[in-house]
Amino acid sequence: MSVLAYGVVAWLFLIGIYGVVTSRNLIHLVVCLSVAQSATDILLLEIGYRKGGHAPVFVSLPAHPGPAVDAVMQALALTDVVVGAAVTALLLALVVQVHKRAGTLDPDALRATRD
Amino acid sequence: MSRRARLIFFAVAAAGLAVTLGAGLAGLPSFGSQITAYARMLNELAPRQRHITDVVSAISFDYRGIDTLFEEFILLAAVAGISVLLRPLSDEIRKLPDDKAPDRAIPPPSPAVWLLAVFLSSLLVLTGLETVTHGQLTPGGGFQGGVILASALYVVYLGTNYVTVERFQPVPLLEASDGVGASGYILIGLLGLLAGTDFLSNVVGLGVTGNLISGGTISLLNLVVGVEVAGSFAILASEFLDQTAVIRTRQR
Repeated sequence: MSVLAYGVVAWLFLIGIYGVVTSRNLIHLVVCLSVAQSATDILLLEIGYRKGGHAPVFVSLPAHPGPAVDAVMQALALTDVVVGAAVTALLLALVVQVHKRAGTLDPDALRATRD
Repeated sequence: MSRRARLIFFAVAAAGLAVTLGAGLAGLPSFGSQITAYARMLNELAPRQRHITDVVSAISFDYRGIDTLFEEFILLAAVAGISVLLRPLSDEIRKLPDDKAPDRAIPPPSPAVWLLAVFLSSLLVLTGLETVTHGQLTPGGGFQGGVILASALYVVYLGTNYVTVERFQPVPLLEASDGVGASGYILIGLLGLLAGTDFLSNVVGLGVTGNLISGGTISLLNLVVGVEVAGSFAILASEFLDQTAVIRTRQR
């Protein structure tokens, strides 16, 4: 179980970076970066998971017996999501301006226009 | 660097990363077996200490409130950066497209789309307010609720047109809500200093656990963050929309 759970994290991160390296379109590149970044969300939530645990929300407790999962990791994942959204938005704004200046979204073609 | 060379470079780096990442992940406790003593303690203490039921909110806005302060300012800085990046450049102007056929009226959206937009946007506003104000009780809070509130504007755009949306979101108001939300966080933090304790201490009355007004500064901080995030995401949408709708190259 651990192998599968943590394997997903490593695979998501590597496949995201692979997408960034081989991308032929800047918007695709930004999406690949968010894929790589989502690996950190999953890792945080997995570290905080406890078998059979319920959400760390203590309303109507008799309905949810047993332990709660790690609320600290969920709070950190929230931070991660917000920062990820900010980074994605900023990069997409850059992409809009790149397309206006260079007329292309292909990162390889961009290098050619600079020379 | 050619694509082939880049791929080889990536393969070597990825293999190295996979090995170190694998070694690191292998050192973690097995999945689902335990949580840290810190988390166990907070789960135990937070509901009694802060009179809340959602421990995630208590951690975000109280025990680790300073983290969230910086997080909020990261969002503020990103939105400010986007506003600067997407401003009309020196060779561009802000201008609505010319109506080439003024004698023909623009067909209104179909009644079904319009009705859905009216229904959905009011529902989104309600859900957003509910999520922001119940942050200390149930999952949710300022960040999540703020995004839901801003998405109501996107639905209005889908159901009507650009000019109507502009009326719904005056830019000065959005920018003001962004600033008020961000500075509100600091002002609420300063209450702690005024009360003679630390910055961001929970010094407001805690109320009764489970009530809408409870948790002291946690619910107040959720409110200001909700205002800030709603403003930020509405600004984001309007900046990107402006790029296609009104910002165009100056005719020479």
